[in-house]
Amino acid sequence: MSLIDLANPTRFLALTARVLPWLAAATVILLAIGLYQSANAPDDYQQGATVKIMFIHVPNAWLSMFVWGVMSIASLGTLVWRHPLADVAAKAAAPIGASFTFLALLTGSLWGRPMWGTYWEWDARLTSVLILFLMYLGLMALWRAVDDPSRAARAAAVLTLVGAINLPIIKFSVDWWNTLHQPASVMRMGGSSLDKSFLIPLLLMAIGFTLLFVTLHLAAMRNEILRRRVRSLQMMQASRIAFSSEAGTRGDNASNEVGAA
Amino acid sequence: MSLGPYASFIVTSYAAAALVVAILIGWIVLDYRSQTERLRELDRSGVTRRSGRSATDRP
Repeated sequence: MSLIDLANPTRFLALTARVLPWLAAATVILLAIGLYQSANAPDDYQQGATVKIMFIHVPNAWLSMFVWGVMSIASLGTLVWRHPLADVAAKAAAPIGASFTFLALLTGSLWGRPMWGTYWEWDARLTSVLILFLMYLGLMALWRAVDDPSRAARAAAVLTLVGAINLPIIKFSVDWWNTLHQPASVMRMGGSSLDKSFLIPLLLMAIGFTLLFVTLHLAAMRNEILRRRVRSLQMMQASRIAFSSEAGTRGDNASNEVGAA
Repeated sequence: MSLGPYASFIVTSYAAAALVVAILIGWIVLDYRSQTERLRELDRSGVTRRSGRSATDRP
C-alpha cells in the first residue's frame, strides 16, 4: 500500500483496523518498561526523588511541541496539496496535543514547587508553553465554531501555521532569555548531559508516550472519518426527505389544478 | 522505593498523567462507539453511500 493509497479514507480505515491493536500493545509494553525503570531510577543529588517527575514532564513537554509540528505539516497538506486526510489529521491531533501540553504544565508546576519554591513563574519557557496550550484550545474552539469541515479546515490550517512560530520560541527561550527554567540537557550540542541511569528511563518514557500519541491519533482520525461519513449521510437523508415532501406538495397542487379545470 | 518528603508531588504528577491519558482513551473509545452506532442507524433506515456500500462497511 503506497502513501497515495492512504489518501483514500476507506483504505485508511482498513489500515488503522489492522495496525491499532499492535500499536496499542507496543505502547502498553513500552510504557510499562519505562515506568518500571523510572521507579527504580536513583535519586538525583540535587533534586532527590522529584527527578521522577521529569520522566513524565519531559516526554509531555516534547510531545506538546511535536504534536503542533504534526498539525503544521497536516495544515500544509490542507492548504497546498488539499490532501483529503490532512485536515482530519490536524483536527484529531489538537485535543491530544492539548492534553500533553496540560500535563507538561501541571507536572512542571508540581516539580517547581519543591525545587524552585513556586508553582509558577512568568519566565519565557513557562509563558510560551502556556501560550501553546491556549492556542490548542483556540484551535479546538475554531473547529467547533464552523459547521462545514472543509471551511473550518482552511481557517484552522492558517492559524496552525501562524502558531508554529511559537515552536522555536519555546525551544530556544532558555537560551535567548535569562529564565528560571534550566537549559536543554538531552537534545543539545555535545550530547546529553544526563547520566545513563536517568537518560534510559527518560528515553523509554519518551518513546512510550510518542507511541501513545500515534495510537490515539490514528484512533481519533478514524473517529473523525466516521463522523464525516455520518454527517454526509445525514445530509443525504435530509435532502431526500425535503425532495419527497416537495414532490408530494407539487403532486397535490397539480391534482387540485386538474380538478378546478 | 522511598519518595522522600516530596512524595505527594510525585504521586500527584503520575496520578494526573494516568487520569488524563485514561480520559483521552475513554473519550476516543466512546466516540468510536457513538459514530459506529449512528452509522448503523442510518444504514438500517436505508441511507447508503453513493458507492452503494453500507456505511459501516470496510473494504
